[in-house]
Amino acid sequence: MVDLSVDLGFLKLKNPVLAASGTFGYGLEFKPFYDLELLGGFVVKGLYFNPREGNLPPRLIETPSGLINSIGLQGIGVEAFCREILPELAELDTAVIVNVCGEDEDEYARVAEYLSRFKGIAALELNISCPNVREGGRCPAQSSDATFRTVKKVKEVTPLPLITKLSPNVTDIVSIAIAAEEAGSEAISLVNTFLAMAVDIETRKPKLGNVIGGLSGPAIKPIALRMVFQVARAVKIPVIGIGGIFTAEDALEFMMVGASAIEVGTANFVDPDACLRIIQGMEKWAENHGIKNISEIIGSLKI
Amino acid sequence: MVIDRKARIIEVQDWDDYFLFRLESPEIARLSQPGQFIMIKVSETTNPLLRRPISLHNCTGREVEIFFQIAGKGTRLLSQKKAGDILDILGPLGRGFSIKNEFKGKEIFCVGGGRGIAPLYYLARELSAAGARPVIFYGGRTSADLPLKSRFEQADWEVKVSTDDGSLGFSGLVTSLVESELRHRTPTFLFACGPEAMMEKLAEICRKENLPAEFSLESIMGCGLGACWGCVKKIRRNGETKYLKICQDGPVFSRDEIVWQEKENG
Ligand SMILES: Cc1cc2nc3c(=O)[nH]c(=O)nc-3n(C[C@H](O)[C@H](O)[C@H](O)COP(=O)(O)OP(=O)(O)OC[C@H]3O[C@@H](n4cnc5c(N)ncnc54)[C@H](O)[C@@H]3O)c2cc1C
Ligand SMILES: Cc1cc2nc3c(=O)[nH]c(=O)nc-3n(C[C@H](O)[C@H](O)[C@H](O)COP(=O)(O)O)c2cc1C
Ligand code: FES
Repeated sequence: MVDLSVDLGFLKLKNPVLAASGTFGYGLEFKPFYDLELLGGFVVKGLYFNPREGNLPPRLIETPSGLINSIGLQGIGVEAFCREILPELAELDTAVIVNVCGEDEDEYARVAEYLSRFKGIAALELNISCPNVREGGRCPAQSSDATFRTVKKVKEVTPLPLITKLSPNVTDIVSIAIAAEEAGSEAISLVNTFLAMAVDIETRKPKLGNVIGGLSGPAIKPIALRMVFQVARAVKIPVIGIGGIFTAEDALEFMMVGASAIEVGTANFVDPDACLRIIQGMEKWAENHGIKNISEIIGSLKI
Repeated sequence: MVIDRKARIIEVQDWDDYFLFRLESPEIARLSQPGQFIMIKVSETTNPLLRRPISLHNCTGREVEIFFQIAGKGTRLLSQKKAGDILDILGPLGRGFSIKNEFKGKEIFCVGGGRGIAPLYYLARELSAAGARPVIFYGGRTSADLPLKSRFEQADWEVKVSTDDGSLGFSGLVTSLVESELRHRTPTFLFACGPEAMMEKLAEICRKENLPAEFSLESIMGCGLGACWGCVKKIRRNGETKYLKICQDGPVFSRDEIVWQEKENG
């Protein structure tokens, strides 16, 4: 028997596998496929305070081993989420993490404060890195100051642990991670999607309605892994690795470079039970390597 | 939604770019409705990455059929599968066509353009079973785009075909054929699936004729499960105009709900 649990300090997970925000709906969409309690946890779709319509379609375009999306954070808003979805999620014995969005610092705080009134949320993931909401894909995660201010402001209004989710679209990701840590974030997750685009050469138009979007999937994995490696060495708080994780081997790579847990995104679309396959694959790998406790491999990279 | 994950290919038929697969999939055959679709994994690698949505073309006993055209690398890979291969599928998904009691004894127009004919076979069978009289309009660019013509004719439905180049049947767009038939017939309902321009034109014709209709829309799909909001279309419903998910709220929407040409966000 392998002990797959990992302890983030503020949160103990059954296993290191979380489903990533925006790729797992509000969780319930995946109930027909497996028992959600088998997951380490899942992060629900990003929520603003009010419902949002999202971006002009087309919103998805496939590229070799990648997917560019410009959903623009369509969603039901935090009140409807707490009323209609959260009661069912709160019953689950798994970590339910809510991805928090905002047009500005005040909105992040309002959403976080509202969510804090309800039971059943294990942590908030602060999505300071959504590339779609403002023109040019700008977001607080592109500046250390804005990151610090946003995290600090949210910390002041919520007792829930914060996981700050970073954007890879920056010159120095380590400095942003440190700003989040200094502002009191309990953990860092990275990466969100890479700004990207695609063009239809016949019409000479961008293939996405929003012109640009964010690239995810296996295509981004090596870059995401490098960023997780750099951040995990620079901060003391736990790091959650994200980006193109499709197999247990991918997940193990992220853990070896220092991730305490991982999130699985685009893979959920291809195989609704991808998370489960990854958990099982990790367990098998650990067994084959005589590892009793999966947390032994965190940061075990040999250089 | 049921989840029938593995389906064995029993038989493959092909006509140049078009393919018809017969699959063994008892759960989907039992529980699906016309207009629903399945998500098919076309590759064991990550390129192409996503599953491809394909309509249910027919369901009988323990079997379902799909009919598709090669549109790019995903459908090309799918077309290379052989009898005996196992397909990894999810389904049945989405909300299908509404077959109403009052269709009994009435004439119902079913209009398919190109590969859009796929869901109409299953639909026409269910319409017949409900006592309605389906009239099939099948349009293509050229005669090679109408491989299912004889299949529909064998089912004993009235079948009207059109080709843009006049190589078979009515010469011109299928929408013109429908329009000319409407001058002397009064169907109770119209169902359509095909290129969006065709469906938009049909919606306009139906509005003029006061003919209620439903259309099956397409979109690139991330998940097919309602989890990604990638497949949306602007829809007017309950006094609001909102982006609804084609995979979950559709793919079938009714005539006046669909905002065909959306220019601006918001
Ligand atoms: C609900 C639904 C049911 C469908 N049923 C059928 C069917 O029964 N038979 C059939 O032949 N086809 C059907 N389609 C269309 C089919 O899914 C696409 O042709 C297929 O996904 C294209 O994949 P590809 O890899 O071959 O082409 P790609 O290389 O991915 O794309 C080729 C071209 O088609 C466009 N495209 C890609 N995916 C879609 C899509 N999902 N819808 C519309 N355009 C797309 C691309 O933008 C590109 O211009 C259906 C689509 C939907 C949404
Ligand atoms: C369709 C789609 C929607 C997404 N929505 C969100 C979101 O609401 N909030 C968020 O923080 N990240 C969102 N993401 C980013 C993912 O959570 C993840 O960080 C990214 O896709 C990289 O991981 P992957 O390669 O495993 O998909 C979204 C990604 C995709 C593909
Ligand atoms: S394809 Fe994902 S929500 Fe429709």
